[in-house]
Amino acid sequence: MKIASLSLPQLRQRLHSTGVVINCGPFNVRILSNIPAIGLQLHSLYADFPLVAEEQFVDFEVRVESPSHIRRYLRSQAVLHCDDRSPFKPLPLAQAFPMLEWGLNWVISSHAHAHLIVHAAAVERNGRVLLLAADPGSGKSTLCAALVHAGWRLLSDELALIRLCDGMVQPIARPISLKNKSIDIVRSLGESIVIGEVCPNTAKGDIAHMRPPASSVAAIDLFAAPALIVFPKFDASAQFSCVREGEAHALLELTRHTFNYALLAGEGFDAIAQLLECAKVFRIQYASFDQALPEIERLWLDAL
Amino acid sequence: MKPGPLARHFLATLLCEPHLAAQLNVRDWERLVWQARSAELLGQLHRVLKAANVLVIAPEAAQQHLEVAANIASKHVDAVRWELRNIREALGPVDGPVLLLKGAAYCASGAQASIGRMFNDIDILVPKPTLGLVEGNFIRAGWLPSHVNKYDDRYYREWMHELPPMEHKNRSTVLDVHHTIVAPTSGIRPDPSNFFEASLPLSGEWAFFRVLAPEDMVIHSASHLFLDEFHKGLRDLFDLHSLMSEFSVDPMFWEKLIARSEFLGLAVPVCDALRQSVRLFKTKVPSDVLQNFERRHCAALNQRARLWLFDQVLRPHHSSASNALTQFARWIAFARSHWLRMPVPLLAYHLSHKLLRRDD
Repeated sequence: MKIASLSLPQLRQRLHSTGVVINCGPFNVRILSNIPAIGLQLHSLYADFPLVAEEQFVDFEVRVESPSHIRRYLRSQAVLHCDDRSPFKPLPLAQAFPMLEWGLNWVISSHAHAHLIVHAAAVERNGRVLLLAADPGSGKSTLCAALVHAGWRLLSDELALIRLCDGMVQPIARPISLKNKSIDIVRSLGESIVIGEVCPNTAKGDIAHMRPPASSVAAIDLFAAPALIVFPKFDASAQFSCVREGEAHALLELTRHTFNYALLAGEGFDAIAQLLECAKVFRIQYASFDQALPEIERLWLDAL
Repeated sequence: MKPGPLARHFLATLLCEPHLAAQLNVRDWERLVWQARSAELLGQLHRVLKAANVLVIAPEAAQQHLEVAANIASKHVDAVRWELRNIREALGPVDGPVLLLKGAAYCASGAQASIGRMFNDIDILVPKPTLGLVEGNFIRAGWLPSHVNKYDDRYYREWMHELPPMEHKNRSTVLDVHHTIVAPTSGIRPDPSNFFEASLPLSGEWAFFRVLAPEDMVIHSASHLFLDEFHKGLRDLFDLHSLMSEFSVDPMFWEKLIARSEFLGLAVPVCDALRQSVRLFKTKVPSDVLQNFERRHCAALNQRARLWLFDQVLRPHHSSASNALTQFARWIAFARSHWLRMPVPLLAYHLSHKLLRRDD
């Protein structure tokens, strides 16, 4: 049974009572919320996610709530709890859904330590993975959305999980988070793209999420090995360039993008070194998709 | 899980009777992992379940959480050892004993309590006269006094038993430098030279450091827990249980512990620690020893209130382990810790300052 097989009122009712358990990569997470907007967004963006069976182990409970009735009239807020911890300060009620997404990211990035947790998008084709690792604002998620639209399988747009035991990438397939101008850029890619409600003026600007393709969600159990790593950099005024990155520099840059590098210590170093043995690394500076996508295609065919 | 004592102190019971894990269903395992994660006891739970050969019966997902916690904890131990080498280097020329306290001491002396445990900071104890020199050496080695305002700086230096926490500029590791083991303003002022005199040298790589004698180690840990606000109450009590279980191989340990705590004026928190550790973890304290000790130090008057408070605040910080009054009890414990820490005029001054002046 999928989220979409519940009606919107049924989904909201469940979120309010027993919660809804979905799979987020390595973890099953129970989501509870009394906020109607959460139900609406989940219903659309997580439509293809299966409801995790009753007998399965639930790893975390995440609650996004609007605290009190009085507060609701004065200045409505949303609060997120996980394990009775509140990793974030309360946010305006309108930002409840982005808050849930950040909360799910937090759950993964602070607990999935059987993996190297890399701040990177991961997409798959021909059974191998392309990683796009970059600082925020480099166009990583936008590029990821374009690749997924072009037929690549979405593994993750934000957190690439590389299993320590065998170097395989674990799919998460949650919605792709888009910011500011990239929302309209991705929307214009085609009719089949579904984007949730735009949430303006968050700490990261305007935010909206793109629904992952049903085929990516259905393949959530298919792990794949990395073959290519790209450090993309979007700059509207810059000349296009693509250069091969040396292993040492690539290693240093990847340590910077790895959330649990310091925690994993030597094991983390070994995992990145192993990753660089099976994946070539390139640095691409681009001003438009028309430059970046054909170049990635060329590098990909070369890498396989 | 059927109602009863196992349900009431679920995590604590499994930590001392791991064979009961055979009775758990998948919902119980979830609750166990959630509570252990909230209480920072996942790594210790792994140690106990593994030793009892029951880890293998856990659902795969629960095993994964436990294994990861144990792995991270072992890396914490490596990181603590690395910092101890740095501390040794930074303090090289200081003349005087350098004692490791709490987690760092368990770690360097190879105590059971260090296995599976997470470490947030490193605590050391030095004689007050060397404090200035020690602070200077740490600053030169990159540990900078954490950003505290003037009032907080005075709070630490004049009234508390430690310097403001020092944080390393590159590695972000935190050092707490103490000159005695309880806040002098609490009115309990054991002479710190007692601790230095009874302290024991470590061997091998850690010979530069000393640790508190076993009794003093327990007394320190107990005083910290039962005079303070129970922030990680169950974790700290489990540390105490592990320490006492290990030290009591010496048949004289209990008598020495009791005599020493009475000598130092810290019998009440030690008595609380023994009772609670016996209640929650079934620590093997000889019953006549405990009864005698209780009769002398735990006044009958407010026992019910105290027991209620300790029962509440020693639960894991998780909704599945709390009831309607838990939040209230935590508030009481917080107020109590301040009450015990300072005389009334100072407390009034401290609270009014915190209330009226946010920063300076």
